Formats: sequence, C-alpha cells, structure tokens
Amino acid sequence: MLLSLEPRGQQSRAMLLLSPLLAGALTLISGALLFAALGNPPLETLYTLLIMPISDMYGVTELAIKALPILLCALGLALAFRARIWNIGAEGQLLVGALAGSAVAIQLIDVESRWALVLVFAAGVAAGTAWAGLAAWLRTRFNANEILTTIMLNYIALNLLQYFIYGPLKDPAGYGFPQSAMFGDASRLPILFEGTRLHVGVFFALLALVAIWVLVQRSFFGFQVKVLGLDRRAARFVGFREKRLVWLALMVSGALAGLAGVCEVSGPIGQLIPQVSPGYGYAAITVAFLGRLNPVGILFASLLMALLYLGGEMAQMTLNLPLALTGLFQGMLLFFLLACDVLILYRLRVKLPWQRQFVATPVAKGA
Amino acid sequence: MDLDLISNILFAMVRTGTPLLLVALGELVCEKSGVLNLGQEGMMLFGAVIGFIVAFATGSLWLGVALAIVAGMVLALLFALVAVYLNANQIACGLALTIFGVGLSSFIGTAWVGKPLVGFGTLAIPLLSQIPLLGRMLFAQDLLVYLSFALFAVVGWVLLKTRTGLVLQAVGENPAAASAMGLPVRRVRLLAVLFGGAMAGLAGAYLSLAYTPMWAENMTAGRGWIALALVVFASWRVFRVLLGAYLFGLASILHLVLQGLGVSIPSNLLAMLPYVATIVVLVLLSRDAVRTRLYAPVSLGQPWQPGH
Repeated sequence: MLLSLEPRGQQSRAMLLLSPLLAGALTLISGALLFAALGNPPLETLYTLLIMPISDMYGVTELAIKALPILLCALGLALAFRARIWNIGAEGQLLVGALAGSAVAIQLIDVESRWALVLVFAAGVAAGTAWAGLAAWLRTRFNANEILTTIMLNYIALNLLQYFIYGPLKDPAGYGFPQSAMFGDASRLPILFEGTRLHVGVFFALLALVAIWVLVQRSFFGFQVKVLGLDRRAARFVGFREKRLVWLALMVSGALAGLAGVCEVSGPIGQLIPQVSPGYGYAAITVAFLGRLNPVGILFASLLMALLYLGGEMAQMTLNLPLALTGLFQGMLLFFLLACDVLILYRLRVKLPWQRQFVATPVAKGA
Repeated sequence: MDLDLISNILFAMVRTGTPLLLVALGELVCEKSGVLNLGQEGMMLFGAVIGFIVAFATGSLWLGVALAIVAGMVLALLFALVAVYLNANQIACGLALTIFGVGLSSFIGTAWVGKPLVGFGTLAIPLLSQIPLLGRMLFAQDLLVYLSFALFAVVGWVLLKTRTGLVLQAVGENPAAASAMGLPVRRVRLLAVLFGGAMAGLAGAYLSLAYTPMWAENMTAGRGWIALALVVFASWRVFRVLLGAYLFGLASILHLVLQGLGVSIPSNLLAMLPYVATIVVLVLLSRDAVRTRLYAPVSLGQPWQPGH
C-alpha cells in the first residue's frame, strides 16, 4: 500500500474547518491510549479532564476566567501571525504587564477612588506595548529576527519579574514569601456574580475580540497586514509601509498581552506572585493556530485551551496525574493540527497494489 | 586577577558552552540542508529527561546518553515527517515541537524532579591538564566535553572537506538543482534533521547527567533558542559556532565571575545576561541585511517537494 499526496490546486474550504476538529479527535485518541498505557481507565480520565471541570455553573465561570488571558494574548498573536511577524513573546509581554500594573497598584493600596484601577491598567497595557515595541524596534531598525528577540525578551521578563518579587515589590508583612502585598479594593476588578470569581475583565476580552475582528476583516490596516503576510514583495510594490505595519502589529499584540497580565493580577489573583502565568503566552500560540488566526475561531480555541488547563488541575487533584498533562495535550494538538492542515492543499491518495497493476496494464499493451 | 581565577573561568566557560556547542552544531547541519528547526528546546528537554530517567533506573550513564540521543531523534523524526515530507510551515512545526517537547518532558519527568544522581565526573589527563591557564579548560573536563570536541572536529571536517558536506550544501542552497543532479533532497533533509535531533538529545543529556546531574522542569532555560541565535551569529560557519558557544558560555557564567570579584548584583538580574547578550549579538550581526542574506542557506525555511 502506498500513500501519496496529490495537490488539490486550491484550498479546500471544508478541510480548513475540519482540520482542527480532526486534530482534536486525534489528540483525544492519543490521550486515551496514553492513559491506558499509564494504567488509568481512558474514558474515565478523559471525562475528568474535559467534562468534570465544567459540570456546574461555577466551573463554567472558572473556564471563562482561564480563557480570558489566553484569548487576549491569542487575538494579538493572530494579528501579528497574519503579517508573518512571529511574535513568540506574548508570555513576556503578559509578565511585564502584570509587573507594571502591580508596581502601580502597590503604590495605590490606600487609594479608594476607582481611578486607581485605571492607572493600574494603563501601566500594564503600556508596559506590554513597550515590551513588544522593543522587539519591533529591534526588527525594523536592526533587522534582528523577531522570533529570537521575543523569546529572549520572555526570559528577560521572567527574570525581571522574579527580581521585583524577591526584591523591591516583596510584601514587607508577607513573612518572607515571594509575593507582593494584596492590592487595595479600588485596584481590583469588580466581580460580576456573587459567589464566583468571574470579573468584568471578560468584557475587555469581548471588546478586544470585536475590535480585532473589525481590524482584521474590515479595515484597510487588516488588509495591509494580510498582504504583507502573503507576499512581502507585493506589499512593498504597492507602497505599504512595512516598518509601520510591523510596529503596529507588534504593539497591538503587546498591548493585548499586557492587558491579559494586568487582568490576572487585578482580577483573580489580587497580588503579584511568581506563577502569575502558567504559560498562557505560549498556549496562545497554539490557540492562534488552532483558531485559524480568525478571531471567532480563536474564541473557541481559547475556551478549549482553558478547559485543558482546568482539566489538568482536576486530573492532578483527583487522579494524581502530573499537571504537565496540559502542556502535553497542547503540544499534541498543535502537532496534529499542522499535520492535518496538509489536507487543505493536498488530497490523500491511497494506492493499493491492484490499482497500480490496473494502471500499468494499458502501458504494457501499448509497448 | 590571578592565574587561578582565570583558569577557573576558562574551565567553567567551556563547561557552560558545551551544551550550546552541541545543539548549535546540530542546528547548523540542519540549516545547511535548508531546514529551519525551531524545536531545539523541545528536543533538548526530551533528551535531558529521558537521559536522566534511564541513567537513574539502570545506573548506567552511557545508556542514558545513548537513549537521550535516540529521544532527540524520535522528536526530530516527527518534525521531519510534518515539515519535510508534508511540506508544512517549518516555523510553525518547530514551535509545535518545542511546545510538545516541553509538555512531554515535564509530564514524564514529574516523578523524577529533585532526585539525586552521581553524574559524569571530570577526567583529568595527566601532564596535559597541568598546563598553566589552558590545561584545566581543555584537559580536565568530563568525557562528554571531550566528546563535544571530537564532534566539533567531525562536523567541521564533514562540512568543509567531504562530498557529504557538498551534498548538504547543494540541497540547502538550491534543492531543485540538487534534485536535478539526482540527489535525494528530502532524504538528505531528513538525515540532517535527525542529526540535529541527536545532537540536541545529547546536549540535553549533558545538562541532566553532567552539568547539573538532576532533572528539573524546563532545565534547559532557553539554551535551545540561544543556540539558534548562535548559528546566525556564526554566519553558518562551523568555526564561529565554536567561538560563539564559548562566548555565550562566558556570558552565562559572568555572574559567578562578578560574585567572585565581590561585586553584588541581584542574581535574577545577572541571570538575564545571556539573553541580553543574545539580543545584542543579533542586533550587531543582523544590522546589515545583505550580509545575513549572503551567508544564510538560500532555501532556508522553504519546503521542497519533488516534481515542482
């Protein structure tokens, strides 16, 4: 038996939508096999991972809380990825956003005016934007590869965060724990429903979703970004200013990642801690691809990713499985997706031995 | 500064530069064939965890090293299937490989975090290791460091002096012409990617079995990414890879040097140094776009399929 790929000649719209679903199914199957190999009942484990976390209303609100930072980061990444600007730095941009927001919030603990929250958010968003702007500057001014610079900036941001948590921002009354003081009430995002942790940050996320949708689907800027991604030379010939697009795409994605970071510290966490992000910025890369760089697709993908995070915690608590399960599933999902995406442009042909014989016969006659 | 201190710094510089050297050599070969594999970090971590678990379970360090190499190659094979044979976007595949490798290694390594292991010890060569200044750096290292010297020599020789090196370069520069000459482009690329995986696995094993004999989540701390920058730094030339690896090694231990000199800077700030150095180096080298384009393999990052 021989498998071969045959070009379709055009994109298959059906596969464009089916491929993420196929990748999801393959991930589930591989996961079930893995659990079986580890001696856990596969179906029960998948149930714990994917259904149990959202079996009540509280779980659903937790899902929204988790999806929020991932969604914000992924929306920004999608914009950059569309222009083929490989911003891998959402994690670092999120961390500096959280850091700057916290630094301001710590100064305003006793302030009771709601303006405190505005200042905290302004600081966080500005920091995220600046962090991405740094990568844009390095890219446009010095031609430095943005993949490598944004990755390096992630590690620098992480060390910067740790320096501040263990140093200047450490809570003097915190018994030496590496964490900042709790923010004042005025710097916290209001809770939407009593008894849950769901906060008004979800509105920011929905707003960002609509804004990015309009930007990429309906604006000239979005069109320019798309052309730049498809064909750099063409973009240059029609006179689009590449450098400006790079700056804008990176700064928008930095702003959104910074917003995600500051939402985390002023929302569910309420203070700055070293584990402010369990890799949301990296998860957002998977989410952006899984959602086809389309804002609506990304919404669904981020909910799925949030579910994996919640499920990972659930599986750790109830089944004693390592928390890293989330990362593993995330990696499998992205890998399967890329493999399945081949089917968008190619058709899979299975050649069986007798078929080949059939083709060969007329040739033999002719000879 | 006294001689002893300098000798110690040089010794630590080579030790710290070794994992970078190994990964960067692998990536260099891979990129020479026209494939950009951003999954180094993932393959390295997988190699590190497999090497540690095997060495811990069997008590044989060398078996650990061997299986770490195999582990790196298994991940590299996955990458090659999707990126070389299915023509997927190499950047996306590389990112996927790293995300997958990070997740996989933390998942299987959970039970081994913090377990103690006696790793590779140093093996001083009599007489030679007594040479002032350079003796300790070159002749009082562990066996894997000596192996990295040998591998550097072999890779350098193959790339510069053999037919294999020419084939590799032909495939990376112009796959269509190489194919027309009858070279199996995809197979060459597959083998180059596998070699890269093997080297990344070995580098991982060096970290978890010799450099700091233990397993910790994300213990590579971005070395796979730094190695990618190193290849750019080296302008795809093998001698410069060696130079760059040790320079970065030096940047990574600068905090030890400064602490030794009594300068007190918070360790978290010093830990940023290698990453800052990477950015600075990228800036210095990429400023001239023409130069980068001249040295980079022409088809780097572009999938190639027969009959097109």
